[in-house]
Amino acid sequence: MSDSLRDTFFAECEDLLDSLTEGLSLIEDGDEDLETINAIFRAVHSIKGAAGAFALEDLVAFAHKYETVLDLIRSQSLEIDQQVLHLITRSADCLADLVDRAREASDDLPESLEKLTESLAEVAGAQPEPDEAKQEEEEFVFEALPFAPLDLEPIAREAHYVISFAPVAAMYRNGHDPVHIFLELAGLGDLTVKCDTSQIPTLASFDPDESYLSWELDLKGDIALGQIRDVFAFVDGLCDLNISDETPLEDQIPTAIPTIEGESITDFSEPKEAEKKIVAESPSTIKEGNGGSDKKSLQSKGDTERQSAQAKPKAASAPTLRVDPERVDRLINTVGELIINQAVIAQKLHASGVTVNSDLDAELDDYRYLAREIQEGVMAIRAQPVKPLFQRMGRVVREAADSTSKSVQLVTEGEYTEIDKTLVERLADPLTHIVRNAIDHGIEAPDQRKRDGKPEQGTVKLSAAHRSGHVQIEISDDGAGINRERVFSIAVDKGLIPPDTKLTDAEVDNLLFLPGFSTAKEVTNLSGRGVGMDVVKTTIQSIGGRVAITSEPGQGSLISISLPLTLAVMDGMIVRAGDETLILPLSSIVETIRPKLSDIMPIGQNGHVLAVRGAYVPIVNLQEALRLGSDNDASSKEAAVFALIQVEGAESIALGVDAILDQRQIVIKSLEGNYGIIPGISAATILGDGQIALIVDTDSVVRMAGQNYSPKELPPQQTESGYGQQSSLE
Amino acid sequence: MTMSKHILAIDDSLTIRELLSQTLKSAGFKITTACDGVEGLETFAGDRYDAVITDINMPNLDGFGVIEGIRGGKVNRRVPILVLTTESGAELKSRARDAGATGWLVKPFDDEGLLGVLRRVTGVGSAA
Repeated sequence: MSDSLRDTFFAECEDLLDSLTEGLSLIEDGDEDLETINAIFRAVHSIKGAAGAFALEDLVAFAHKYETVLDLIRSQSLEIDQQVLHLITRSADCLADLVDRAREASDDLPESLEKLTESLAEVAGAQPEPDEAKQEEEEFVFEALPFAPLDLEPIAREAHYVISFAPVAAMYRNGHDPVHIFLELAGLGDLTVKCDTSQIPTLASFDPDESYLSWELDLKGDIALGQIRDVFAFVDGLCDLNISDETPLEDQIPTAIPTIEGESITDFSEPKEAEKKIVAESPSTIKEGNGGSDKKSLQSKGDTERQSAQAKPKAASAPTLRVDPERVDRLINTVGELIINQAVIAQKLHASGVTVNSDLDAELDDYRYLAREIQEGVMAIRAQPVKPLFQRMGRVVREAADSTSKSVQLVTEGEYTEIDKTLVERLADPLTHIVRNAIDHGIEAPDQRKRDGKPEQGTVKLSAAHRSGHVQIEISDDGAGINRERVFSIAVDKGLIPPDTKLTDAEVDNLLFLPGFSTAKEVTNLSGRGVGMDVVKTTIQSIGGRVAITSEPGQGSLISISLPLTLAVMDGMIVRAGDETLILPLSSIVETIRPKLSDIMPIGQNGHVLAVRGAYVPIVNLQEALRLGSDNDASSKEAAVFALIQVEGAESIALGVDAILDQRQIVIKSLEGNYGIIPGISAATILGDGQIALIVDTDSVVRMAGQNYSPKELPPQQTESGYGQQSSLE
Repeated sequence: MTMSKHILAIDDSLTIRELLSQTLKSAGFKITTACDGVEGLETFAGDRYDAVITDINMPNLDGFGVIEGIRGGKVNRRVPILVLTTESGAELKSRARDAGATGWLVKPFDDEGLLGVLRRVTGVGSAA
């Protein structure tokens, strides 16, 4: 099985699982629309169907059980009560797990599999399911027909069959051609075909849709009866068929074949071409055939079934277009260049004396406007609603609530807010962690909540909204809030802060983002996996976002994530360091400081620290760190402006630059394709005047400067000081 | 040899469509695909097909609707139609039969099974 087909399958599974989740959440909301139920049934059914092609037996088996229960709901034999709803949502989770495991070719099965399989079987078993279907399953799986003679038996058994075959009109209507059947029989052995044309009426009473021919077939060879039956399998019931095995009495010609009524048998080696034409091409509309009254009842049954199938409301599936992401990336790249080109032209024209109010300037405005429109349009291709992401959290909430024996509901808001597809994907892990944390550490046990006068069921709320060029994602809970005393004492115990440190509430909350901080008394299955909120923070920062936490004791906590709309454009601060113009990502800057000279103090041999509101922050001079030359060597040691930045490990660093020139959106142009990974530099952009400016990778710059300072030598680090400031998050 | 037999495959699963395409192409068939019943009937009207393979459970118009559309239409209405299904019960088969299906294929199918069934309804095993 080719890899691309596998990829197709798993991509399709993702889509189907998404629509399954969506359908289930609609049902959870009380929408038991038939089309919704059909949609979830279809999703499971399609996964099962395609999984079969890859021999994913566990997946197929589970999907089959699941589908059986959904089918009962669909046919209204089973009502959706709380228990059933629980079962079908958990089964969806398990199905997603099985798909994941199949993708990773992992052999271990989800823990819940066995229990859910049992429950599904139990629910399905309570309803009558025909056993017959199960037996049929074995019987009708197609196997390769043994056309090649078996080589182990040299002596061919000469069997002899006489087959009488009289189609009814319905057989032709269903697209069967007797010639094809004869050809297949001829492939089995020596075939003689006799056609009985005696039933053909006069032209006046000839009905082109009726069946008038019957055949007697004589077949000899090493053939099993089953092989012949197999050839007729599709027409079984659409013809009068009688196969008699004449092998032991080879000379005897059957004297009477009961199902053939005509007497005069004309010998034709093949049916007449003309007759075949009449049957195959008759242009008139189909009349109800009279091919035996017993068939009629079946046909009318089929009709009503078809009608009911048609009467079904049509699914409102929006047409979508699948595009190779690389094409979109290329387009985004080109549009980025268009924007830059527009800026360069504008700047050059203005430099050459075009006045701001001229006609040309007005055209230039249009150009800029159109270029932005195109940019937005292209970005919209990559944009995706956060809905699937939020829906996935529904599962996280259920699992976390189950394993902690808490009752938690998930409320979502703004799920149609669109963000870049890549961001959606990269947010999954941090969000999962935050939601688990909220349930594990935030929401109280039901009895505790009852004592506190809160509803027993806790609430985790996810919201997304666009805010001034950013996307704001918030995860809040109505739990106990951060236990600041405990957080503080743990931080002290772990040597993260000295015991006499004075911290504001916001600063204590931000201790949670310190590496290695885990408040769980014992490592729980859920959130205490050795990765803490610091990983969440690093991940968010790596996609150009920021994260902040606020908490109210007894009321709950709120974690807000602010993200750029896309990864191709970012907010940058344009700075000068030495002779270079550089860009600092705005997402890593907490604040900018223009300190008094007295705030800068030497430490160690070459190091300096900056006093910020009573705390000391190590200084890294950007020009030095990047080893940039300058005409004026003297200025290099005393940077004029500092950008207080947050780096990996939640430390603050004061990054010294000569001047801040501007702050605006820039288009990111990757350098990796041409220059590989450059230490200290993440990418580049082209400024309006055509100048290329490098974008500084602040983490790596600090690492590069790391030889020059060691945080352990520094005074007490109240490094989180700037972080809680809300103003810096906007 | 005559021109390749042209098969129309209708299935809402991209995986199945790709699978059918690969198998049939390698056996010398020409194949066109459609992703639901409505698109299937539109596609069917646009060319002359030697056989149709259709899924049953599809959005917009299901496989029974496809069969009815073809059998009740004016063009090529006696074309062999194979129903592709994961169910294999006798009841489904008789339903498909009553709707006008020529034959059925049970998913998952192996290449030989698929080609054997196509051979049975079109009279040709391989068009190559």
